[in-house]
Amino acid sequence: MVTSDNRPPRVVVVTGVSRFLGARVASRLAAQPGVERVIGLDPRDPPPALAGLLGDVELVKADARAASGAIADLGAEAVVHLAVTSAPDPDSGGRAAMKEQNVIGSMQLLAAAQAAPRLRKLVVRSSTAAYGASFKDPAVFTEDTEPRAVPRGSFARDILDIEGYVRGFRRRRPEVGATVLRFAPFISASAETTLTRYFAQPVVPTVWGRDARLQFVHVDDALEILHRAVVEDHPGTFNVAGAGVIVLSQAVRRAGRISIALPEGTLSSLAAVARNVRIGQIGLDQIDWFVHGRVVDTARLTEEFGFTPRTTAEAFDDFVTGHANGASLTADRLDAAEKAILEGIRAVRASAAASLGSDKP
Amino acid sequence: MSQEEYRRATLPGHLDFELPAEEAVPRINGNHPLNGRTPGKPAPAPEPEPEEPVGEEPRDTVDIWDQRVAKGLAFLRRRLAGAYEVDDFGFDPDLTDSMFLPMLKRLYRDWFRTEVFGIENVPATGGGLLVGNHSGVLALDAVMLSVALRDQHPEERHLRLLGADLVFRVPVMSELARKVGATVACNPDAERLMRNDELVGVFPEGFKGTGKLYADRYKLQRFGRGGFVSAALRTGTPIVPVGIVGAEEIYPMLADFKPLARLLGVPYFPVTPFFPWLGPLGLVPLPSKWMIQFCPPIPTAHLTEYADDPMVVYNLADQVRETIQATVHDLLAKRPDPFGL
Repeated sequence: MVTSDNRPPRVVVVTGVSRFLGARVASRLAAQPGVERVIGLDPRDPPPALAGLLGDVELVKADARAASGAIADLGAEAVVHLAVTSAPDPDSGGRAAMKEQNVIGSMQLLAAAQAAPRLRKLVVRSSTAAYGASFKDPAVFTEDTEPRAVPRGSFARDILDIEGYVRGFRRRRPEVGATVLRFAPFISASAETTLTRYFAQPVVPTVWGRDARLQFVHVDDALEILHRAVVEDHPGTFNVAGAGVIVLSQAVRRAGRISIALPEGTLSSLAAVARNVRIGQIGLDQIDWFVHGRVVDTARLTEEFGFTPRTTAEAFDDFVTGHANGASLTADRLDAAEKAILEGIRAVRASAAASLGSDKP
Repeated sequence: MSQEEYRRATLPGHLDFELPAEEAVPRINGNHPLNGRTPGKPAPAPEPEPEEPVGEEPRDTVDIWDQRVAKGLAFLRRRLAGAYEVDDFGFDPDLTDSMFLPMLKRLYRDWFRTEVFGIENVPATGGGLLVGNHSGVLALDAVMLSVALRDQHPEERHLRLLGADLVFRVPVMSELARKVGATVACNPDAERLMRNDELVGVFPEGFKGTGKLYADRYKLQRFGRGGFVSAALRTGTPIVPVGIVGAEEIYPMLADFKPLARLLGVPYFPVTPFFPWLGPLGLVPLPSKWMIQFCPPIPTAHLTEYADDPMVVYNLADQVRETIQATVHDLLAKRPDPFGL
């Protein structure tokens, strides 16, 4: 344990509060006894749906660069960095803005945090994309696995840069407990991400000849882990995912969708076209994920946090119940079809046996 | 073949077939008659016709066809609804046992007439590392070894194969390999499997073994640096050397057309008497007689601290290699005719 002080931090700065995860984390921290001030840092105003959550949170409308002085002036004891975007948003600057926010934003935020004298805790949102994607990868990644090559996906590259800055921060401020949480893709009945939109389509394109092993983490569990990382002391790097695996074809079937398998090249070009006409955000990150899959070991997380996220299958089931419309091949319909066919075959065989039996002694 | 052995060897649907009771051997002048039958060994069981199972009307109440149809439909429904479990490595026991195993058992039993010796040397529970000799261009020996364990082992254990990363690079093949329980040959995966008490199968010769010419058959190739040994030592898993005879003859490789192999990005391009001349027909394996011998396990639990000692690892790898080579020679002596019964 890096700090001897086990109280929750009194002043917490949360970045990215205009988005789902940031707003939830900030509002829950504001309700935590012992936490006196929660300051939400975001260059954009939160949408009305989230604004209600942020009643007790002081909002500072600024990006990390402008706020660099603020972190020290406010006397922040903890910084929670959640302003990490996983896919470019064509409406707000596309990939350039995404990189600006992820990489430059993280760099500046960490520089500001480094200069804050009262800081004792840093929590950074990372992703399991940090492990890259290679055919020589082991089937299960532990926190100590290094990526074999720089990944081609833009989000994965940003994540590697952000983790690099955190490593530098740890070297320069060893007394600050830095927690890096590598999240598997989020899923829940109501979450809206690139991937939930992908699985919610009636017909889901997949990669021909590959069946990636996938893992998800339920958004509620991710929030719980983030909250514990701030109010308790858990320095280190942790994989955050639901135990177990579902493969892509199985996920599509459990969601009751129909999959069409396309060769990897075709899928890449279709995704690029779709991105250009702004009907989808499937990028190289997702295509690598569909080809290689990604499974992580969560033993360190459950041991350190004393909390086990619900399994990948359970998290995905929650998504399926929330997206029942649009499903065509549901389990109930398949059940009914099985019974009908079985009864049909039995009836035909019975009548055939009866007509044969009449000729026989 | 006893009734018990027959039950294990049988295909689904033949379960209610009773072997005829062993008849008393008629004696002539106190000696056994020499009608091609050795005393104590019963007549070979009449082979059940696989195409026409159990006459017109199966015995009494059990309607075998109804069971089959119901089983098949339930399988189809499970697959279409995604209602099955897959482990962290992508192993899909439902698909493997319901779909691949019955087909491969045909190949294993009827085509290659595989005989298995020393199955008691494979641990009934806990981890184990099976190390075999590799041959036969397409690595059918690895597949047959896993069928042999499912078929002959009292616990019907699944074998988790370690494959070259080329296997996981190729579409379709990578998908199939993961579904039948294989994973990339690397120490983290091997150790994780052994810690999970799985039986792991490894062929340290790799492509040097499968891609050797027919003239070099049954000569074991180099074993690399013995990474498989250090994985076993680190987890204290016993090593079971396995000799496999028969796989060398299925595709007798007369030459390796290297330029084409380089062009296709594969380790070798085989030229056999039938391939590539007959096209896809050349892919039919020749019906050689197979024998698999499991050797007594080599315990490693007392060597855990030496996992990083290259000499201990190398010597142990060498010992395993010598054992396999000797076993292969023994099996060859038992099998004078590669294509005999």
